[in-house]
Amino acid sequence: MKPKGWKDLPPGSVVLEGGSAAKFKTGSWRAFRPIWKEENCIQCLFCWIYCPDMAVKVKDGKRGDFDYDYCKGCGICALECPGKKGQKAIVMTEEGK
Amino acid sequence: MATTLTLKELSKKEDRFTHGHRMCSGCGAPIVVKIALMATDYPVVISNATGCLEVSSCISEFTAWNVPWIHTAFENAAATLSGVETMYRSLKKQGKFDREVKFIAFGGDGGTYDIGFQSLSGAMERGHDMIYICYDNGAYMNTGIQRSSATPLGADTTTCPAGSVIPGKLRSRKNLTKIMAAHNIPYVAQASPSHWQDLAKKIQKAHEIKGPKFINVIAPCNRGWRSKTNDAIMLSRLAVNTCYWPLYEIENGTTKITVTPKQKLPIVDFLKPQGRFKHLFSPENEGLLTQVQDEIDREWEKLLKEAKTD
Repeated sequence: MKPKGWKDLPPGSVVLEGGSAAKFKTGSWRAFRPIWKEENCIQCLFCWIYCPDMAVKVKDGKRGDFDYDYCKGCGICALECPGKKGQKAIVMTEEGK
Repeated sequence: MATTLTLKELSKKEDRFTHGHRMCSGCGAPIVVKIALMATDYPVVISNATGCLEVSSCISEFTAWNVPWIHTAFENAAATLSGVETMYRSLKKQGKFDREVKFIAFGGDGGTYDIGFQSLSGAMERGHDMIYICYDNGAYMNTGIQRSSATPLGADTTTCPAGSVIPGKLRSRKNLTKIMAAHNIPYVAQASPSHWQDLAKKIQKAHEIKGPKFINVIAPCNRGWRSKTNDAIMLSRLAVNTCYWPLYEIENGTTKITVTPKQKLPIVDFLKPQGRFKHLFSPENEGLLTQVQDEIDREWEKLLKEAKTD
């Protein structure tokens, strides 16, 4: 995206569009990639509530996949995931491997 | 306007704090903010003191806030919001505005415990109808981990570096939650993102109370705490279970402990995963470690006593 010049900005550089940060993708920061294993998921949604980057997609109360455009790969979700029968539903893998 | 506090119901709501913000990977503050904003359906107006949250949630033309948000300087988040709240009351009185709006100020521990303290104290004393939420990560993390008055005893920061001269911070942190309670405001609480439901309940409760409210929330910082990126929730849970960060509320002067740990864990469980306390585990600093534990035990006993008598 081309950055705006000062003439294009509103007076005082007030940001008029709420939530515009969504246009800025932070997924490239990631060094570790979380992988969701649906078969071990109990739909507790802890990954969703504890995600600092709102990078877990949930639709109609059901967990979907990760939003890799924004996930910074911190791994909180994988650590907090209770999993099923001792098997985690989220595992971290190194990016680029 | 009460939102049902189940994750399934909450997940159906639109994000009021969106992705694309530039907080560090694994930061605790956005978790606090998202839960705080999710807990209510009221339209809210936010004032944000300078700090990590402020500088990285609104960069240039990108804002992560889906609600009206005002950037203020380090020291005046509460003062700015007092003005906004006063204008809102005036407009309502004049009949120019009829919607019910709630006001929230966010500040880090630097902007709340230290620099913004006088404006916070003033706003609370004047009785503005607002919630001040402090996300406490225990140092000036944004500018490179300088000590604040929220930095715990023995922590290593760049302005109280642990080494051969001093073993980290020599002073204990000040108990801001209690200081705010001493303002005799209707509602003061302490919360943690690990106990999301407790945090959301406190926010909901605070919105329904008229007058100034203060909520202090622990927000782990893996850069400053020298811990792993994935342990923000684990550490904030340990902070609660070791009674370093007890979860309680003081409503009209009555203290109530909202979450009592099943088993009170030793403070070393909380300190061990954090590099800023690494030096406390060398033999020459054993005394300091005992001092940290004693202090926590003493504060916890005091809190239990207060909750009992109230």
